[in-house]
Amino acid sequence: MTTTPVTSTALPAVAAVDPFSPEVLADPLPFQAALRDAGPVVPLTRYDDLYGMGRYADVHAALVDWQRFCSSAGVGLSNFRREAPWRPPSLLLEADPPHHDAPRRVLAPILGPRALRRLRERWFAVAEEHVDALLAGAGPVLEVDAMPALAEAFPLRVFPDAVGIPREGREHLLPYGDHLFNAFGPPNDLVAKGAPHVAEHAGWVNAQCAREVLSDDGFGAEIWAAADRGDITHDQAPLVVRSLLSAGVDTTVHGLGAVLRAMATHPGAWDRLRADPTLSRVAFEEAIRWESPVQTFFRTAEVDVPVGDTVVPEGAKILMFLGSANHDPRHWDDPDAFDLDRDPSGHVGFGMGLHQCVGQHVARLEAEALLTALAARVARIEVAAEPTRHLNNTMHAFATQPVRLHLAGL
Amino acid sequence: MDSTAVDRLVVTGKSSAAEGVAVLELARPDGRRLPDWTPGAHIDVTLANGETRQYSLCGDRWDAHRYRVAVLREVDGRGGSAYVHDELAAGDPVTLGGPRNNFAMVPSARYVFVAGGIGITPLLPMIRQAERVGAEWTLLYGGRRRASMAFLDDLARYGDRVHVVPQDEAGLLPLASWLGEPRTDTVVYCCGPAPLLAAVEQTVATVGWAPHRLRTERFTATEVGAPVRDAPFTVELTRTGTTVTVTPQISVLAAARDAGATTLSSCEKGTCGTCETTVLGGVPDHRDSILADHERAAGDCMFPCVSRSCTDRLVLDL
Ligand code: HEM
Ligand code: FES
Repeated sequence: MTTTPVTSTALPAVAAVDPFSPEVLADPLPFQAALRDAGPVVPLTRYDDLYGMGRYADVHAALVDWQRFCSSAGVGLSNFRREAPWRPPSLLLEADPPHHDAPRRVLAPILGPRALRRLRERWFAVAEEHVDALLAGAGPVLEVDAMPALAEAFPLRVFPDAVGIPREGREHLLPYGDHLFNAFGPPNDLVAKGAPHVAEHAGWVNAQCAREVLSDDGFGAEIWAAADRGDITHDQAPLVVRSLLSAGVDTTVHGLGAVLRAMATHPGAWDRLRADPTLSRVAFEEAIRWESPVQTFFRTAEVDVPVGDTVVPEGAKILMFLGSANHDPRHWDDPDAFDLDRDPSGHVGFGMGLHQCVGQHVARLEAEALLTALAARVARIEVAAEPTRHLNNTMHAFATQPVRLHLAGL
Repeated sequence: MDSTAVDRLVVTGKSSAAEGVAVLELARPDGRRLPDWTPGAHIDVTLANGETRQYSLCGDRWDAHRYRVAVLREVDGRGGSAYVHDELAAGDPVTLGGPRNNFAMVPSARYVFVAGGIGITPLLPMIRQAERVGAEWTLLYGGRRRASMAFLDDLARYGDRVHVVPQDEAGLLPLASWLGEPRTDTVVYCCGPAPLLAAVEQTVATVGWAPHRLRTERFTATEVGAPVRDAPFTVELTRTGTTVTVTPQISVLAAARDAGATTLSSCEKGTCGTCETTVLGGVPDHRDSILADHERAAGDCMFPCVSRSCTDRLVLDL
């Protein structure tokens, strides 16, 4: 009698888990640990032709390998080669070289650290003003929900101004982004909930990308100026502006939510940041690693790609778990802990490679401005009640974060 | 994170593309991926004899493990070209800076490519790209003699889109008949010696092309950039309050980290901008893909994940 080893074909239990179920979205760490332990790449059998990748080394290697892991078939579950995308694809996020080249080359310097120097003073001043207004009239302790009061309000004040869109209608931005980030996942309840309103939000967002609507001194105007110089076409300009309005709002809201949570739960780190506000950069970066507000993006295998003992077949989707890579104990010591002494460099919370977040310097400047302003006025951020999660197919987000702000010098 | 120190490549192949034109293939000694690049990009290559030269990349960017450059033997062997032709052999090490692109391809329905001599090199990947995206294009390629014109075999497959004009057979490039009519659906890319560029610039200006429709890169044989120091240098970290020695085996970023400086980084390839650092003294040896020429010349910031020092001492705000 012969026995056939079944181990080679048996799938680990984690393969059958739906990574977009409410339980996993609310608390992804246990699932991600099981995924990493199951191998460098694991079939995710709830969906057709889908593989998951959760280890740092493999996620990093795949993100930089744009030749074999492409983005133009969509960075969500839907394969644009088989299904029509729900909106015209992004010229950055959902494009491969050579089409990706020109828009990226135009956008990178507009959002780069040297260009942002001119915004620095203003954003620091607005952050101070914002914090002062929030604390005005409060006693020694102010209880607020940090999500609307800080994490949402501050970026919604500075970022749309920097892009150059009008004030009216900005309430469309968050629901638009929320739906967009849901739509990268499977067509589940989260997507169904947003679907009835998406046309309205998308219509407003698209209308803001027109040259006549934009101010003449923002990122948007600079994108149009690049079109006048012939560096991108005039047809591309509005879609490049749209990429800012799509990718630049919810992400920073939840990035700020992450660092505020870290500061509320690590009072020692907050004390150190207050003593030396230049630590706000490391604090934000570590919070991005720790919470990974953008949890996942997909790629599509351009050819058969061997990963470990598995071959990911051409045309299959690969779900890259950025958050899992950022918590991989094979790469990080004590990864689930927020640690201000850690060097978080190399985390993939902003991605890696050709598509690495072109807005990362904007996000960092927003965080630095807000944390510095808070550090000047707030001695302690105390958790008032456990936060609640806002579920999204891509983002790891808080809905509420009730905190008590203890004012300094009172 | 492992930081790259001096980025060393090895010559993995050397062949001839025409009389006096050597083609080099370069790779990482350990076979790792090379930095990404786009058509029109060049790299800085520092040869074992200490000279640094810029070469346009003319290979295939879909091959992440190999760079290809073509080197013309200059009259009197200037700029290291004699060394490349006569001495450099497969297996030899060189060091890499960049890639950088001052001659990037912009989207267009039509392209006219104008090459003079070795100026064909940056245009080769542009031509492949134009093909790939289905743009219309033509190439006007001039040279002294047919035998000295590189890559004619490769170009033959494009048939009558390629117009080869050896000067000894057909005279100068017929620019007026190709560029005589300004168009709004076409971008002109020209690379070659200064007189060709001047002639093309004059033609398009005279007939009234929009200025941004002409994009040029001058092919120069002069040595560029500072020589890479093979000797250690010192870096003063003003915020950390220490001074460290940076040997060729280690990056400035890694040295600063070892000395206790707080330095955030991400790509460690000189592309993302995360590690940007203010330079307070000394002259940085820029090896990144981010700064434009005038920003490099300003010398007030650098990317210590890849960039190094031209001077014995560098003072950084770290
Ligand atoms: C904490 C805040 C942010 C996080 C966590 C974040 C995360 C990311 C990630 C993970 C990617 C890579 C996507 C991929 O590889 O497929 C990305 C790309 C991108 N991000 Fe961000 N982002 C943030 C803020 C911003 C901001 C403020 C902007 C706009 C100013 C922005 C604009 C973009 C764009 C346009 C891309 C596409 C780039 C490309 O494909 O070349 N992001 N972001
Ligand atoms: S870490 Fe990306 S440029 Fe240095």
